[in-house]
Amino acid sequence: MRIPSRAWAGTALVALALLALPFALAYAGTAWVRIANFAILYVMLALGLNIVVGFAGLLDLGYIAFYAVGAYVYALLASPQFGLHLPFWIVLPIGAAVAALFGVILGTPTLKLRGDYLAIVTLGFGEIIRIFLNNLSRPVNITNGPQGIAGIDPFAIGSFSFARAQSLLGLDFSGPIKYYYLLLALAIAVIVVNLRLQNSRIGRAWEAIREDETAARAMGINTRNLKLLAFAMGASFGGLAGGMFSAMQAFISPESFVLVESIMVVSMVVLGGMGNIWGVIVGALLLSFVPEILRWTVSPLQEALFGRQVVEPEVIRMLIFGLALVLVMLFRPAGLLPSAVRKRELAASGEAPLVGARL
Amino acid sequence: MSALLQARAVSKRFGGVQAVADVSFAIERGQIYGLIGPNGAGKTTLFNVLTGIYAPDAGAFVFAGRDISGLRPDRIAAAGIARTFQNIRLFANLSALENVMIGRHVRTRAGVLGAVLRSRSALQEEKDIERRGLELLDYVGIRGRANDAAGNLPYGDQRRLEIARALATDPELLALDEPAAGMNPTERIALGGLVKRVRDDGVTILLIEHDVRLVMNVCDRVLVLDYGERISEGSPAQVQRDPRVIEAYLGAPRAA
Repeated sequence: MRIPSRAWAGTALVALALLALPFALAYAGTAWVRIANFAILYVMLALGLNIVVGFAGLLDLGYIAFYAVGAYVYALLASPQFGLHLPFWIVLPIGAAVAALFGVILGTPTLKLRGDYLAIVTLGFGEIIRIFLNNLSRPVNITNGPQGIAGIDPFAIGSFSFARAQSLLGLDFSGPIKYYYLLLALAIAVIVVNLRLQNSRIGRAWEAIREDETAARAMGINTRNLKLLAFAMGASFGGLAGGMFSAMQAFISPESFVLVESIMVVSMVVLGGMGNIWGVIVGALLLSFVPEILRWTVSPLQEALFGRQVVEPEVIRMLIFGLALVLVMLFRPAGLLPSAVRKRELAASGEAPLVGARL
Repeated sequence: MSALLQARAVSKRFGGVQAVADVSFAIERGQIYGLIGPNGAGKTTLFNVLTGIYAPDAGAFVFAGRDISGLRPDRIAAAGIARTFQNIRLFANLSALENVMIGRHVRTRAGVLGAVLRSRSALQEEKDIERRGLELLDYVGIRGRANDAAGNLPYGDQRRLEIARALATDPELLALDEPAAGMNPTERIALGGLVKRVRDDGVTILLIEHDVRLVMNVCDRVLVLDYGERISEGSPAQVQRDPRVIEAYLGAPRAA
């Protein structure tokens, strides 16, 4: 297949922009590089959840549990907690594998559940994991309970540490900038895996299960194995993101894995366009950046307008955020960049969007 | 020659209702075997037991010499029995071609690694799946609709697509559950032609049908059920003359 040169030029331009981005952000402050890193982390999470929700149609409201599993596996194997300091390229795959195992553990009892019922059970599962992490400090101290685990090792290869700043070719590579490139590489890998899976025999089988499980089974699709595969694959991406989170933060506690986080990731998938990989990425980036931008603008704006803080910035932030979500769902119910399939679905069920959703 | 499919005293009960009672029959390779009966006669239940949606309470289905009763639906499809549904169950939001490609799932192997790494075998298989899908759409006469959403096809084409999707699983036995339901007479005749063609190309057919005329026109043998019991079996001509069949359909003759 010939790829037109214009597409090449476009790709090269995007690649260049992505490579230059952290330095531009660092100009505005290292905090913004960290925000970008978290945005990429959320892209990975949202793409993992998209496999479960978007492809296989299994609504999972406890997805953050797998993120937590990945994070804690990393923290336990590379921190003073047990005095273990395994290198990240061993711990990260272990974290992804353990998360995948938890995906299967969650998936097995829920195989026969659909829709709302599945959502409730997965929601409970997410909470169970968090509560376990909170309480696994007695009688044997494993997770250190609500105090969390501190002093987690950063990624390091030999003497090259991702946590230290370095100068190279006259450019200052701060810790967050190094992580940015690592995250970017991992996120691209996750995107490629998603894209290739979607248009494959496995991806089609997931779509078949989402569309009509009975018919899928009658066509010879082993729905049990394929659902478990979806749970495991989605969870492993969550676990991977969790490990990265652990290393970047150097500290984790159960508080980072609350229900709201799960809801956030589901919102990213739904807002961007369930089942459409690019839509999900846009959703994750928007929901990561917009609240931060609001955080940095709401209170200066109030100061300028009224000379004092009239309303708590946090309140306004959530208000605007909620309003934006409601508006998107009203005007683009299939998401900002809906998948072709999802658009047909909404059109067929008579909930045709009021405006905008035409191609 | 042993039969392709044998039902041995199959029974299925739902609570107090004996939906299928001790039904036995045999389908030879290359036959179009009709299954008829008035509403509620147990046709669809028998069909659902055969295709693994229910397990039989007693009795067994032996397919190509192997007991398949109680297997999961996907295992039965893998064994070589494909089905269509009375109330069409296509993957309505996927394209016609994708529907047929999903039918190839059970005869193909590519897994996650093959798809992600784009191994040569996986790419080749993917190409074959698509080619076969288009061939089958052509075979049932809806090639021009390949990229339309299945749910947007006209009714008759949806029935054809279901047959194409079932054929994609390379079945030895194709089980059609009222394929002519809701069709007009012209469409029925065309469907009868398609069913015969599929048989001539080597697939044995089990046809549940409400439309007696279609059954009489295309079937080699016919089994008649009433209240879950086998009341007659034979060639269409024999069955048509059987007084028990006439009674089941038209009611008992008035005592004169």
